[in-house]
Amino acid sequence: MIRILKYVALDILKTKIVIAYTIMLALFSWSAFSLEDNAAKGLVTVLNIVLLTVPLVSVLFATIYVYNSTEFIELLLSHPVKRSMIWKALFTGLSLSMTVAYIVGIGIPLLIFTDPGTALIMIISGSLLSVIFVAIAFLASILTRDKAKGIGISIMLWLYFALLFDGLVLFLFFQFSDYPIEKPIVILSALSPVDLCRILMLLRLDVSAMMGYTGAIFQHFFGNNWGLLLSFTLLTLWVVVPFYFSLRKFNKRDL
Amino acid sequence: MAMNIKRHYSLLLAMLLFTCSSPLWGATLYTGKGQPYPTIKTALDASRNGDTIIVKKGMYREGNLVVDKSICLLGVDMPVLDGELKYEILSVKSNDVTIKGFQLQHSGRATMSDPGAIKVYDAKNVLIEGNVLMDNYFGVYLQYATHCIVKNNFITASQKEEHESGNGIHCWKGDSLQIIGNRIAGHRDGIYFEFVTHSVIWRNISHHNLRYGLHFMFSNDDAYITNYFKNNGAGVAVMFTKRVTMMNNTFEENWGDAAYGLLFKELTDCYLSGNKFLRNTTGIFFDGSNRITIEHNTFRANGWGMRMQANCMDNIIKENNFIGNTFDVTTNGSLTLNHFSENYWDKYQGYDLDKDKTGDVPFHPLSLYAVIVEKNPPAMLLYQSFMVNLLDKSEKIMPSLTPENFVDNTPRMIPYKL
Repeated sequence: MIRILKYVALDILKTKIVIAYTIMLALFSWSAFSLEDNAAKGLVTVLNIVLLTVPLVSVLFATIYVYNSTEFIELLLSHPVKRSMIWKALFTGLSLSMTVAYIVGIGIPLLIFTDPGTALIMIISGSLLSVIFVAIAFLASILTRDKAKGIGISIMLWLYFALLFDGLVLFLFFQFSDYPIEKPIVILSALSPVDLCRILMLLRLDVSAMMGYTGAIFQHFFGNNWGLLLSFTLLTLWVVVPFYFSLRKFNKRDL
Repeated sequence: MAMNIKRHYSLLLAMLLFTCSSPLWGATLYTGKGQPYPTIKTALDASRNGDTIIVKKGMYREGNLVVDKSICLLGVDMPVLDGELKYEILSVKSNDVTIKGFQLQHSGRATMSDPGAIKVYDAKNVLIEGNVLMDNYFGVYLQYATHCIVKNNFITASQKEEHESGNGIHCWKGDSLQIIGNRIAGHRDGIYFEFVTHSVIWRNISHHNLRYGLHFMFSNDDAYITNYFKNNGAGVAVMFTKRVTMMNNTFEENWGDAAYGLLFKELTDCYLSGNKFLRNTTGIFFDGSNRITIEHNTFRANGWGMRMQANCMDNIIKENNFIGNTFDVTTNGSLTLNHFSENYWDKYQGYDLDKDKTGDVPFHPLSLYAVIVEKNPPAMLLYQSFMVNLLDKSEKIMPSLTPENFVDNTPRMIPYKL
């Protein structure tokens, strides 16, 4: 496992894309914090970058990388290595590189410009977001042999989580505004990792007081330490579930 | 000529002597351990109008003390008057009374009689100055009082529930009162005004009270100036009142679901200037309020700068700074009869080609998302969502859902120095 991981990590480093990604993130966040006159505003800008670009880059890069390493995987399979080990090593390598890129690019300015609690939550949730979208990419790429189709699925999933989901929630708000929908909406929002991350940050920005009854439910649900634990557990579930299904499919697949 | 001036002088001297005569002729009664009068009660009984009672340092547990003569009650080195959680400590029932330099603590608690540490009944020219009031039900209670001054008192309480707590300075039916330089914390309402007219509230600090920092009801023609209200349960409320002037006050960190920096309900013909609204859930909430002029105020880092219900009209909002608020202004209807002009909005993205410091394109302070949230508060869940930002941007370029006339036609390019 470690040796395969080493090969994967070296290979990813060789493409230099991850390094470029790190530099891009760093440029974004440093400029956001130094251009805005207060740290809270800079944080909101960085939050937007994190919620949009991090999932996109993670999902696209991972999907393409998995397709490109088909031959490498086949080569490894001819050796006496456990099948699941190869898939896991590939996943770990990709997740690690995306996470490290995120922490170096955005984590450092966060730690410098914002208070440690907020920075920590943002770093953890952003890292989890990277890993979640790598897992989603693995699922997308195992679903079909066709590269174009696989990348298409990845982009669709990203579009769904980053854009469409919020639109749907908004639509539901309007359709059912006469009913007590606060609790279902809170549960619904946990169904999208991007929204979950955004809401975790919102609680740090303390806009929950502006949400009225929903805010109270939210604060009650996610505001305390148990809520924080719950939401991070949910995020972890978003890593485990897609990856588990992709692993099962990979084990059974005739390559 | 010289004669004439001399005669004038002697006349003046005689007049001066005459006016000063009553305090000069009044006796001074000393109270305390080893003094002629061991208790305040005996001193009060022995005193006559115009006397001064000097109370030495010590602890006095004398139940309810009734001041029914025009006397001056002076504490030396902060003597403590204790109500033992049973009595109203000082009941003032005479005109021209001064109470100065006492520590009053543990007044009785009763919802029927509302006991206070100092309660003034139907009197005028009462001066309450430089006292420390700790853990009382009501602090200073002025009832049917006129021309009274409450000055430089330090008033705290530590009740946890609203119904167990009275107000710091409570004024009911009064005229020409001056509330100056007091510091109030931990009461139900810091300062409470009901049916009080022609009065001024100046340089007070009211913080961490359970309900309102300042509460106005049916109190016309008053002014409150240079006060500081911080972290009160529900901020400050001014209701059912006409002609109030509010200047140079600071409203800070009134944060919570039902907390407002300043709440206006059924308010007319008022004037606000130079106030600062910092980090409140809502800076000002308008409900049924008309003909209010709001100028030279700063709204910074609030959830909502202003929430103006559609039942408000003819309000003038000009030359204010709106900086770093989540929403600058919202309303709940499509009809707007209020006037915005020459404000600085940090969300303004227009340009100024002729360099007159006024933007060339009008600014619509109401964003689409603000309208959505006003109708559907849970939609706040989508704050900073990409979808919502996108909707906002397109609405800014082509307004279709937000009211057309909710607009500042002359937005300022640079903030005012306030």
